[in-house]
Amino acid sequence: MRTLLILLRKEFQQIRRNPSILRIIFLMPAVQLLILPLAADYEVKHVNLTIVNNDHSTYAQRLVQKFEVSDHFNITGYVDNYTEALQTIEQDKADIIITIPDHFERDLIREDKSELHLAVNAVNGAKGNIGSAYAMTIINQFNQEVRSEWIVFPKTNPVPIIDVTTINRFNDDMKYSLFMVPGILVILVTMVGSFLASLNIVHEKEVGTIEQLNVSPIKKYQFILGKLIPFWLLGFVVLTIGLLIARLVYGIIPEGSLGLIYLFASVYLLALLGIGLLISTLAETQQQAMLMSFFFMMVFILMGGLYTSIDGMPHWAQVVTRFNPVRYFIEVMRMVIMKGSGLRDILPNLYAIGAMAIFFNTLAILSYRKRS
Amino acid sequence: MESAIHIHNLHKTFNKGKLVALDNINFDVRKGELFGLIGPDGAGKTSLFRILTTLWLADSGNATVAGLDVVKDFKEIRRRIGYMPGKFSLYQDLSVEENLNFFATLFNTSIEENYDLVKDIYVQLEPFKSRKAGKLSGGMKQKLALCCALIHKPEVLFLDEPTTGVDPVSRKEFWEMLKRLQSRITIIVSTPYMDEATLCDRIALMQGGKIMQLDTPQQIVDRFADELIAVRSEQMYHLIRDIRELPDIKGCYGFGDYLHVRFAHGAWTQERLTVALKDRHTLLEFCPITPGIEDCFMALMESHA
Repeated sequence: MRTLLILLRKEFQQIRRNPSILRIIFLMPAVQLLILPLAADYEVKHVNLTIVNNDHSTYAQRLVQKFEVSDHFNITGYVDNYTEALQTIEQDKADIIITIPDHFERDLIREDKSELHLAVNAVNGAKGNIGSAYAMTIINQFNQEVRSEWIVFPKTNPVPIIDVTTINRFNDDMKYSLFMVPGILVILVTMVGSFLASLNIVHEKEVGTIEQLNVSPIKKYQFILGKLIPFWLLGFVVLTIGLLIARLVYGIIPEGSLGLIYLFASVYLLALLGIGLLISTLAETQQQAMLMSFFFMMVFILMGGLYTSIDGMPHWAQVVTRFNPVRYFIEVMRMVIMKGSGLRDILPNLYAIGAMAIFFNTLAILSYRKRS
Repeated sequence: MESAIHIHNLHKTFNKGKLVALDNINFDVRKGELFGLIGPDGAGKTSLFRILTTLWLADSGNATVAGLDVVKDFKEIRRRIGYMPGKFSLYQDLSVEENLNFFATLFNTSIEENYDLVKDIYVQLEPFKSRKAGKLSGGMKQKLALCCALIHKPEVLFLDEPTTGVDPVSRKEFWEMLKRLQSRITIIVSTPYMDEATLCDRIALMQGGKIMQLDTPQQIVDRFADELIAVRSEQMYHLIRDIRELPDIKGCYGFGDYLHVRFAHGAWTQERLTVALKDRHTLLEFCPITPGIEDCFMALMESHA
């Protein structure tokens, strides 16, 4: 115990002296939380639309007007033929071309059906997808309108109309910050947990100070705890700063209990420090440790459900994400902050992350050798 | 006399046996001795230190330090030895005092408790007490490292090339300190500097993982049976080639401004050398000399090659 305290005191003396660590801990969360959530916005506005109107009838004009008044679309041009319209996509001036064929109105009235053509620029997949979905909605609305005008009030409505209204539960205004900030905060805590601890131990290897410790009567568990505890605490500091920024800047006040977030974070940080520790036993230089951590971080972040929804991944990828600690914390953060979930709701995640904490730390302790 | 270190058939290889670092080493270091391991880089000095300080495991053979087995009793050994690695390995971002306190408390002691042991060194460090270790000069760093290795009053002190990269004045001071410590602590020190060998009680000359000779510096010099002559001329570059072409020359190598030429006793005389060299060389100088440790080392190296 006394030895551990000595090691901890030394560790904190060093952290206090190291301006770059302090900068990382205080500035990194601030800057990232202030910039990233604003930039990471999925809402697609101003889809550029080129209209090829070959009909020029009243109905065609009404459809065009519906697009004109929509917030989601920017009409960049009205052209006369499809070839010309395609050029606007090639020049990246348009994302979607809508072609209204000849006799659109005539077919609609006479044959009770007509066709429209949508061409979508799929280079930016998200924009194309969402843009075409918007377009479909507008066209459907148009269809409904036209049809209901033709009906001369029969007893029962021959066209069953299902009107769908959506409310966004747990995020009434669909604020992306509410969704992104907790996720980004998880990434920040993860970086501090895995990078700093592993770099710290490898630094001792690089400068040779670890040899002096190895020939001293320090026990293995004391050394490892002496490294774990400081960075465990630093993880909490980052989390707290992040939650404060979320509250002050984005007005995000967790629906659930803060204590629950900290409880989960305490286990989560242990799991991450275990990974960091494992990396440090494998790496000989800080560069190696950095590259290894970077590899893990990339996989963790991209498969953590922050940017791409896990439900949208193929099945095998969803299986892979079960081994990703970041995924569990992002889930818990969103559950607690947005839904106000309680302990029982997050228990499966807590078990999973607890198992990881035990697994990685055991592996790290087994592979750490004071002599070779 | 009791052994502070006992080494028996110690063998260590790297790269799955391809590189032999230590080749069946055997020797003893007596209690209270200042023992020197002399040899060039790659001789196996550091490997031997790492095994004795319980950082590495040997492939075969065994060793005891302070009567304790380096494999079985490694925990107790770590309590009783001091190790100063060749590379400066204290915390550069901690101050002189913080480093000392850290290592003292780690061994459950304090600077005050063993002050008499480190006093000589500590008084020199004291003016820089609050300076960070990384900002000290090379000589001061070595003194601090020695201080840290001594602070828990070890029975055996391992110093791996403590004076490499240190200026001559600091080197001299450092050895004076070792001499004073010797009365209380067994010291084993490695060095590539042959002139430091004469300051040790006994030395082992190491090369390629083997011990070529082990004795007191005086005895090693006395055992040198050949005749040694220092030679110089104005044409030094040609001189070394010309001498090496002479028959029966056992060795010739540069030594400062002179060449040291070694030949069997009575094989050559000064006159014969003059006759052989005078056609091609001007300002020839000859001077019979008594051999130093380095000459012994060179002679041993050639006979082992």
